[in-house]
Amino acid sequence: MLKKKIKNRILFLILILSISVLSIFFILKTLNNNILYFRTPSEININEKIKIGKHMRVGGMVKKNSISADNNEIKFIITDFNNEIIVTYNGAIPNLFSEEKGVIAEGVLKDRKYFIADKILAKHDENYMPPELKDILKKDAK
Amino acid sequence: MLSNIGNILIIIVIAISISIIYFSLISLKDKNNFISTKIITLSLYQTTFSITCFFSLIIGFVISDFSLTTVYQNSHSLKPLFYKISGTWGNHEGSLLLWINVLVIFSYLFLIYNKKSKKNYRLYTLIVQNILILGFLFFLFINSNPFSLIIPNPKEGLGLNPILQDPALAIHPPLLYIGFVGSSIYFSAAVASLITKYNDKFFALSIKPWILISWSFQTLGIIIGSIWAYYELGWGGFWFWDPVENSSLMPWFVMTALMHSIIVLQKRNALYYWVIILCLMTFILSVTGTFLVRSGILNSVHTFANDPSRGLYILIFLSLMIFGALTVFFINYKNDNYVFAANSKETFILVNNWFMAFYLATVLIGTTYPIFTEVLSNIQISVGPPFYNLVILPIVIPFLILMALGPKAKWIKNKFKNLYFFSIVLIVSVIINILITYFFRSYSILSNLIIISSVFLILYSMIDLLKFFKKNTFLDLPRVISHLGFGFLVFFIGINHNFSIEKDFNLKEGEKKKFENYIIHFKSLETQKEKNYQSIIGNFNITNVDNFNEEILKPEIRIYKNPDTLTYEASIKTKLDYDLYLTMSNISRSELYNIKFQKKPFMIWIWFSALLISIGGFLRFYKYEN
Repeated sequence: MLKKKIKNRILFLILILSISVLSIFFILKTLNNNILYFRTPSEININEKIKIGKHMRVGGMVKKNSISADNNEIKFIITDFNNEIIVTYNGAIPNLFSEEKGVIAEGVLKDRKYFIADKILAKHDENYMPPELKDILKKDAK
Repeated sequence: MLSNIGNILIIIVIAISISIIYFSLISLKDKNNFISTKIITLSLYQTTFSITCFFSLIIGFVISDFSLTTVYQNSHSLKPLFYKISGTWGNHEGSLLLWINVLVIFSYLFLIYNKKSKKNYRLYTLIVQNILILGFLFFLFINSNPFSLIIPNPKEGLGLNPILQDPALAIHPPLLYIGFVGSSIYFSAAVASLITKYNDKFFALSIKPWILISWSFQTLGIIIGSIWAYYELGWGGFWFWDPVENSSLMPWFVMTALMHSIIVLQKRNALYYWVIILCLMTFILSVTGTFLVRSGILNSVHTFANDPSRGLYILIFLSLMIFGALTVFFINYKNDNYVFAANSKETFILVNNWFMAFYLATVLIGTTYPIFTEVLSNIQISVGPPFYNLVILPIVIPFLILMALGPKAKWIKNKFKNLYFFSIVLIVSVIINILITYFFRSYSILSNLIIISSVFLILYSMIDLLKFFKKNTFLDLPRVISHLGFGFLVFFIGINHNFSIEKDFNLKEGEKKKFENYIIHFKSLETQKEKNYQSIIGNFNITNVDNFNEEILKPEIRIYKNPDTLTYEASIKTKLDYDLYLTMSNISRSELYNIKFQKKPFMIWIWFSALLISIGGFLRFYKYEN
């Protein structure tokens, strides 16, 4: 009787352990497939490892006089003052999207100079600058 | 003037907290079994003074006393009175004061409403709670003092971020705080219970109402925040898996787990240490969430003004809290053995806890992972909604099924008698799902399974509800309402997700756009002047080609002066079966306007079912009190 109890408990423990290992594995696996890397136009230009066709985020400043629009999409240029990338976007633009302001575009890289965005990130206040962009500006200041 | 009053009040509250701890420690040695009126009176004074302190800050905002830095930075004399008041907790300093108020009020209420519990347990709870209060008071006083002066005295304030000038966001923080901070009281009670070995059914009974009330408010707070995001952020979504949202959801998972396992402690006197861990974890996660949000470590679309020195203080305090609580836990931990039958209510409740643990782990990993990669490898990443959807959604299916079956199980030993009934309900849910796909539109296998299992839960809960009315006993009504609400929530979100129509395009004034069975006509633009902003209003006609139904929608672009900000106000037509949602935004150097049109089925029902969940909690609390 006692033996059976212990056996049951061991079985139960193994079951629990394997379930938790499996679920953690599952979580991490999915996580790895769904990470969005943040890149700057310069990184895209230089880094060969960044594959074309990948989903990612690109951040920088919207270049002066670069925004243009037609009935279907908006086109603009993201610059980090060294390199730039052309972005086309079809979707709602956030309220602080304007020229010479920081922006993060999420989407797919078509080639090293061309990016198709499916989301542009909204920011809540005018003083807000994403930490990534702060870093860019700091680097630039040097 | 106000600054002095405020600072004196904070110091008084600090002094009272210290003396409460002191007198409580002395009175621990007394043999008698009641708490001296001195301590209760002190506690009452503490509550009164801290509320007064909060009110003096509100007065500062109402009379626009810009000598206070907080008021200067977050208010403006031309702002409507309502938003002057809500501006009090719309910023870091003020909301921290609100946080302390909730701590203090809960401390007092717990003291006077738990007369039946053992004296030392109550005293230790009071001591631990006051240590927490002191920790936050020092933080407030030294690092984030809302009463700090600015010299020279500015004439005008900087104004409150317009996006926060909204009724939903005025009540959202207080609601959420009652949930978040309310959980502190069972953190303290758990530590006290470990020390005093007050570990039976009566401990469970003493904290249960507090769990219920904080859970219900937390749920409500999350819903209000979600509704706000829906109409204010202009994306038409209601949940973005943003770090700030996640940090309100994580304590909610633990609270939900706690709310279920506390029943096992109450009815079967088991799972004591697990309940304690959950009690400790809820408040720890609440503070962690605050740390992540306020320190600016997490990159969120919601922003709080953040400052690393705040983060450091909260981090130190948090580590001390975790360390202290764990030390007490392990000193007092005893191996307790219990064996539950595999098929029993106890097991079902444990299963609920596993699910909650799984959800918590997912959200926690997803939220904190970017921090680790950035620290370890300096790679900046973000984890988006696809991750959460992929991990969480499939697990919702068995969760819903078990959620229907669990409550029917019997304590100790259960038998599935009604396999027949189970199959009938399952078949009916499958048929309902097939009808939906047949008459409307087909969707993915995952969506099919989710709809089936949510319908299953809805049917099960409905049948329960009918039984209650037949027998005229409503003992279990709150549970059914919450479970039913959850079933509906998943169902409507599923339908909404699969039947939404979304279209983005750019239009000039006077142009028309045709797609699917809609024609959108951008008729004209007009401007309007309001008290603290100007608005540009677009007049749109939306015609449904199928039935020539015409709707007029008027999205706005608002230009606020103080501070200089633009906001886009969505125009939403809410109907019983769907919402029409239109936003308009301007494009630099162009006559075109960026338009986002959405048709979102059953939005109002999503809110309603989420409300049901929280109503269940309030109802249980109300019944418990009577």
